[in-house]
Amino acid sequence: MSRRQRSGRLGRSEAASGLLLVSPTALYALLLLAAPLATILAFSFWSQDYLTIDRSFTLKNYQEAFASQANGDMSLYLELMFRSLRISGAVTVATVLLAFPMAYFVSFHVAPSRKSMWIFLITIPFWTSYLIRVFLWKVILGYNGVFNTTLQGVGIIDEPLTFILYNANAVVITLAHAYAPFAILPIFVALEKIDRSLLEASRDLGENHITTFLRVTLPLAMPGVVAAVLIVFIPTIGDYVTPRLVGGPGGQMIANMIQTQFLKLNNAPMGAALAVLAMLMVGAISVIFVMLNRRFLGGQK
Amino acid sequence: MKGGGLRIYAVLYLVFLYAPIVLLPIFAFNDSTIIAFPLSGFTTKWFGELADIPALHGAVLNSLMIAITTSLLATTLGICASRASARYAFPGKKPIMGFIMLPLVLPEIIVAVALLVVLLALGLPLGAWTVILGHVLICTPFSIAILTSAFANMDRSLEEAAVDLGETPWSTFRLITLPLVMPGIISSLLISFTISLDEFIIAFFLTGTEPTLPVYLWSQLRFPQKIPAVMALGTILVALSVLLLTIAEYYRRRGVARAGGKDTGGFL
Repeated sequence: MSRRQRSGRLGRSEAASGLLLVSPTALYALLLLAAPLATILAFSFWSQDYLTIDRSFTLKNYQEAFASQANGDMSLYLELMFRSLRISGAVTVATVLLAFPMAYFVSFHVAPSRKSMWIFLITIPFWTSYLIRVFLWKVILGYNGVFNTTLQGVGIIDEPLTFILYNANAVVITLAHAYAPFAILPIFVALEKIDRSLLEASRDLGENHITTFLRVTLPLAMPGVVAAVLIVFIPTIGDYVTPRLVGGPGGQMIANMIQTQFLKLNNAPMGAALAVLAMLMVGAISVIFVMLNRRFLGGQK
Repeated sequence: MKGGGLRIYAVLYLVFLYAPIVLLPIFAFNDSTIIAFPLSGFTTKWFGELADIPALHGAVLNSLMIAITTSLLATTLGICASRASARYAFPGKKPIMGFIMLPLVLPEIIVAVALLVVLLALGLPLGAWTVILGHVLICTPFSIAILTSAFANMDRSLEEAAVDLGETPWSTFRLITLPLVMPGIISSLLISFTISLDEFIIAFFLTGTEPTLPVYLWSQLRFPQKIPAVMALGTILVALSVLLLTIAEYYRRRGVARAGGKDTGGFL
């Protein structure tokens, strides 16, 4: 009651104060995110002839994106789109699977006072120059790279491995490295929230370590895993630097084509159409994933 | 031993995470233009070379200016939104906050091209300010994530006491709230600064004729003879980021301690 009286005395309701306070940030996001996203949608229905933009409505860009090539193969755009989805999917699976034991270790086997030090250690590499990190993976994975020379030195292999640079594998390894903290943190937070007495109860009721993990820990950690999957999958599909530096011709992704359309071919409308298609695809897959997860794991938020 | 296997896994995972960063200084001090093992010998000449590149100095100054402006603007916007979300209930709170946080998960290339088409459509020239606009957009969600916990951890009765003792809302905010969340604000400034300084794709699309540091680095990666100097530059940048983050982490922990909360760890 006293709070309501006080805000009454100040002459503004709680809702009005909140809205007023959030409005600068909301307005900024509206002007610099909502409006640009709407503009890109509009652009995708326009066309461009060298530097002049023709603003009459056309579906030409989308038709071009979906049209088959003369020899019956799918268009380069669709091929890049599906390849991006495949690579992002592989990155997501690899990153989350590798991250889970790490998050589990920090949450269950590290003393509470040292947990934040571990989390800090995990996040540091993520804050260092992304370009340089990706470039160093090129150095590590190259023909005469650190990885190959080490393996040759130890005598495990005779010839340098060539399947780890300038292809989709290299992109997956590099992105799994870049997005590791994004996967570890949400899983860690979910694991931290688990009431430890539930695990004790499970053990008391005769379940062993493995069944307790599968039937208690894992379902309770699922919200964190879902968040990790989304937070890795959605941004990786639009990654430009990694495919460009370590991907080779077979590892290029949709973002590279969007960049080419905008900055090299002066075809902003086609680039916009590809950006819209990429967003739609990522959005659709994310929604399906969340729904499947709800359906099979029973009403978890 | 409890968690023995997992502990080995965790250490190996840390090796994987740190592999590129550990290699960076090794090659920066290596006396060879070829970035590969075996190493040739110790040298500091690549660091000396950095002093003789005027284009690099321009890019550094440009990036610093952009990063400082971005961190101030993003933190200001972050304070408004996180204070509103931690303190008040208002209609449409969830969708509004969700929309503001959207750049956190949106692929950066989408943000970059979306801003580019607007600038193209309006016929505006590209430059440092357009990069700032984009960077503020992506840094604000990080700022909000840090500051929301700072505001939420604060004991609200302290503010109520100040109002009861006759302070105006503004002087309460200045005298009570601001000092309590100051560690969060410093942490947010440092994080936004670090993100902006390192951000490549938005700067790549929106920078005009004056490149930012990452855009300059990108242009140098094509020339093999320039790589050792890039490694030296990278070493300096990594050392700087680690230093800034350690300071940010220090203030974040102090903030948590000052508010009497439990440390949940991490920035995100």
